[in-house]
Amino acid sequence: MTAEAVADLRRDGVEVALAGLRRTFGTVHALDGLDLTLAPGELVALLGPSGCGKTTALRVLAGLEDADAGTVTVGGKDLTRVPANKRNMGMVFQAYSLFPHLTAVENVAFGLRLRKAGAAERRTRAAEALELVGLSAQADRYPHEMSGGQQQRVALARALAIRPAVLLLDEPLSALDAKVRVQLRDEIRRIQLEVGTTTLFVTHDQEEALAVADRVGVMRAGNLEQIASPEEVYARPATAFVAEFVGLSNRLPGVVAAGGTVEVLGQVLPLADADAAARGTAVTTYVRPEAVEVAVDSASPARVVAAAFLGSSSRVTVALPGGETILAQVPSAAVSELAPGTGVRVEFARTPVAVSPA
Amino acid sequence: MNAARRRKQSLLRWFVLVPLGAFFLLPLYAMLEFTTRSADGRTAEVWTTLLDWRQIQEDYPELSAGVVYSLEQAALTAVLMLVLLVPTMVWVRLRLPWLRRPLEFLCLLPLTIPAIVLVVGLAPVYAWVTYFVGGSSLTLTFAYVVLVLPFAYRALDAGLAAIDVKTLSEAARSLGAGWGTVLWRVVLPNIRSAVLSAAFLSVALVLGEFTIAALLNRENLQVAINLLGKSSATISVAVSLVSLVLAFVLLFALSFVGGRRRSKETS
Repeated sequence: MTAEAVADLRRDGVEVALAGLRRTFGTVHALDGLDLTLAPGELVALLGPSGCGKTTALRVLAGLEDADAGTVTVGGKDLTRVPANKRNMGMVFQAYSLFPHLTAVENVAFGLRLRKAGAAERRTRAAEALELVGLSAQADRYPHEMSGGQQQRVALARALAIRPAVLLLDEPLSALDAKVRVQLRDEIRRIQLEVGTTTLFVTHDQEEALAVADRVGVMRAGNLEQIASPEEVYARPATAFVAEFVGLSNRLPGVVAAGGTVEVLGQVLPLADADAAARGTAVTTYVRPEAVEVAVDSASPARVVAAAFLGSSSRVTVALPGGETILAQVPSAAVSELAPGTGVRVEFARTPVAVSPA
Repeated sequence: MNAARRRKQSLLRWFVLVPLGAFFLLPLYAMLEFTTRSADGRTAEVWTTLLDWRQIQEDYPELSAGVVYSLEQAALTAVLMLVLLVPTMVWVRLRLPWLRRPLEFLCLLPLTIPAIVLVVGLAPVYAWVTYFVGGSSLTLTFAYVVLVLPFAYRALDAGLAAIDVKTLSEAARSLGAGWGTVLWRVVLPNIRSAVLSAAFLSVALVLGEFTIAALLNRENLQVAINLLGKSSATISVAVSLVSLVLAFVLLFALSFVGGRRRSKETS
């Protein structure tokens, strides 16, 4: 890829603000007073289960859906009542959305043609956008002659060719197989950083969200549960829902102790939110498997019941004397010592844990 | 075993095809034979007359008028049907999906109503049509659009079902396309074969229509053929033959369009 290709498609990111967005479908509140601000050039991933309102938020921003209440502001301009075709937003859809009757390069040039760009300019910019996604060689292919991954790359090039104010990605990788998904995910991030366009990425895949985003917004029932950096969302989930939705967690009983800590199975761990509950309150704690350390101890009543090989790491299930089972993530090299039936001592790393009322 | 089975299937195929072919081709051959009959053998006089448009206009003015009216009616019907149906069907798919069933029911309704019953309903409507836009035979186009709706709807519906109208139009909208551009540059090129099928079916249907035109006292090809049958039977039969062959050609072209589309999709 040439530096000119990037320079030509690069634009200064703009701030995007969604304020008080509400949208109801029948009795379902898809958006329930959503507030979200994207800093210029930032990539925010909206993550959540099906029906949480993440796609509705993106569609309202795109102008493909009207909000019942609230405002959409992009670069300081109120776009709430502006139709989709006047918003200058590039969008990549979950379903393959290339125009079947046009070749890759014609697809990319489609938006430029609507902007009355001259034939020479259209050709140059479409070629640059295809170069950016590494598909110059496929410029004259029709969508049915390309793989799913290639089609989504062309869709990304088409969205970027118009130099959009905002790039909207609506689960663009969910129709692709696992390997292509990881490849394209990294490529999307690289391109987004190069062109500097403010981007909203909607996904239900937590790994995807954590891997590409500057900030991850976890949504539930039409609103944000937490929005923070991927590390923060993972390590210090603000709510039990976030702890359960993002990554695996062990649900263990605990009691809130002094100084923003919680006692879990006889060990004291810091609370992710020090004010989550009053001292002495019984709570459910959410402990990550990688925060659980197991060591062989034949005298311990805790016993390994299963071990699952995951590649570089393995997941070991341990039954505790109190009846609880607990998942621990250990290096695969250590798993040979942890055959089912082995007595083990369980300890927790002192990482902050989320809690919810018991 | 396989060879015997193939032979049996081939025999069965011919057993079906030969009587079927004879059923369709014999009347056509009989028509051709009748139009070339003369007192002293064979003559191509009728056919040379038919090839000379100026002579038709002079000798059979009602036939030439009928041909022109029918062609105009066919073209207008196809255009009006497409202008009405394509945007409506696309809009219903995009914005009013709950209207799909009622729209389908409405479009298929003319299929269940005999032409004679349609005329009974249309007669008072046409009194108003005559009052507002005159009594030209081209006004039959309105009735014909209703008549071709079931066939056109089915053809267009199949075309629209084959593409993801919603995603494609949303992609085009996000790139800056207005609704007109979405329809003209995105939807239409991708349902081209369906549009052609709908148009061909409409043309074939209009070229063969007699009942409504005759009962509403309008002119078209079939009415002219019927009139001509009373004065010049050979010309009348020759024109009928031409119109039948034309309909066959149209339907053949239609299957060719469909076939080409299928082969393109599988490539």
